[in-house]
Amino acid sequence: MTVTQDDFHAALLDPGRAIPEGLCDARTHPPGRRFNVYRNNVAVSLTEAMHQAFPVIAKLLGAQNMDGLAGLFLRRHPPSTPLMMFYGEAFPDFLAGMEQLSHLGYLPDVARLELAIRQSYHAADSTPLDPKALSIDPEALMAARLDFAPAMRLIRSPWPIHAIWRFNTEDGAPKPQPGGQDVLITRPEYDPIPQPLPTGGGDWIEALQAGATIGAAYETAAETTPDFDLGATLALLLQGGALTSLTEEGQEHEPTHLDP
Amino acid sequence: MLDASRAPSGLPSLPGVGYKPQHFSEILDAPGPVGWLEIHAENYMGDGGRPLAQLRHLSERFPISVHGVGLSIGGAGALDPDHLARLKHLTGWLNPASFSEHLAWSTHDSHFLNDLLPLPYTDATLTRVCDHIDQVQDVVGRRMLLENPSSYLAFAESTWSEPDFLREITRRTGCGLLLDVNNVFVSATNLDFSPQGYIDAYPLEKVGEIHLGGHDEDHDDHGRPLLIDSHGREVVDPVWSLLDYVLDRSGPKPILIEWDTDVPDWPVLRAEAARAQTALERLPA
Repeated sequence: MTVTQDDFHAALLDPGRAIPEGLCDARTHPPGRRFNVYRNNVAVSLTEAMHQAFPVIAKLLGAQNMDGLAGLFLRRHPPSTPLMMFYGEAFPDFLAGMEQLSHLGYLPDVARLELAIRQSYHAADSTPLDPKALSIDPEALMAARLDFAPAMRLIRSPWPIHAIWRFNTEDGAPKPQPGGQDVLITRPEYDPIPQPLPTGGGDWIEALQAGATIGAAYETAAETTPDFDLGATLALLLQGGALTSLTEEGQEHEPTHLDP
Repeated sequence: MLDASRAPSGLPSLPGVGYKPQHFSEILDAPGPVGWLEIHAENYMGDGGRPLAQLRHLSERFPISVHGVGLSIGGAGALDPDHLARLKHLTGWLNPASFSEHLAWSTHDSHFLNDLLPLPYTDATLTRVCDHIDQVQDVVGRRMLLENPSSYLAFAESTWSEPDFLREITRRTGCGLLLDVNNVFVSATNLDFSPQGYIDAYPLEKVGEIHLGGHDEDHDDHGRPLLIDSHGREVVDPVWSLLDYVLDRSGPKPILIEWDTDVPDWPVLRAEAARAQTALERLPA
């Protein structure tokens, strides 16, 4: 009697399924609980990985609910690589699709924020742009383009996701107030720092990421935020080491990333 | 087939520990008897940041063993070429003293199961595992060590004993072996064989590294002991005794303490490493 990995795998993820014939204990009895050790190892280790990956979601839902959700998620979206540090990419959309959770509309975006923090932690190192590089003729500056560090992330939400994240990770943090937040994640050294952006900052950075010049991106941001404060957002990026290069008009575009 | 005449690994015959980031400063300041470190390969396959920076730093002080947990060498399907490339990249820049993986499968149709799953010891499995090891050693460009699993059940179809199966793999591929003494004890208890008999049949001359770890105790449906390899506590006395039995026959070897869940403070882990040092020191010089 040959036990294929197909048979073994099917019974692993479905506790209601019969244990494949051909497995036994030392005395040729069927394995019973012995097979459950493998079932448990898989389910428990992946559930544990989800708790570690999304601690704020786990806190918001409660540990038991998180266990249940993780159980559903790991069967629908099992890891596609052994790199568990990146597991859970599909979790925000999975949460958005859960009808029972639709009254907690902010959950998917909070999950996106947690995912982005983890991605930032593992992103490639880079050399930050020297702020002096910005001391050029203002007109040339407006016509220049910026490159971002691999560890920089922008998460935009109609919910106060930074306030919710902070309230659940920091003792004594203020209670979240209604209103959307754009969150910038920078990694000055090794620890990602999420910060809310001033109004218009998200529009500006998003336009820059799409390849707009500093000036054109400013116009985009000013359309919805007439008093957009470019300097404040730029300062956050510079302080966080989130910019790697400035390319003036007509210059060859050379992004600088370092390999580990 | 690689040159099997060299020592199975470049690790020193000293105690080592599985590296945990929370011990970073203490390992550097007060390593005690710890002479080398082991990392799980998959935790250092990100693009940058603190994990890689710490690893670069530690590798300047300690020999490093790269221990893979995700290659699925016993998998029915082909090895994942992307994962092989990641291993090649990591071992390429780090140039570790040892590289090891498991006699197990963990991926099914590109779904990673995050556990080491068991194999029937048959001629078909032997051929497949040897082909995969040849491929790994070819791509990664170095000899690997293969670790014995902890078993909770057996396959009725198996025609090889585990020590004979491992010996034949080393003969065909030139790979070395990682002997997990706790796994031998766990499997022997669960499957009712003599752990000393296992060691007597096992090719100790191929061992490049020894693993020790803690296990949990449970019972099967018939009330018989069922030990579970949890790496979450101290190594038990019978496993230390089995280590002595091994060392008396193999001579000194690099000995790793594995502690992966409920990771203790550094002094507790260091004390386990000190106990391994005592086991090495009692051997005749």
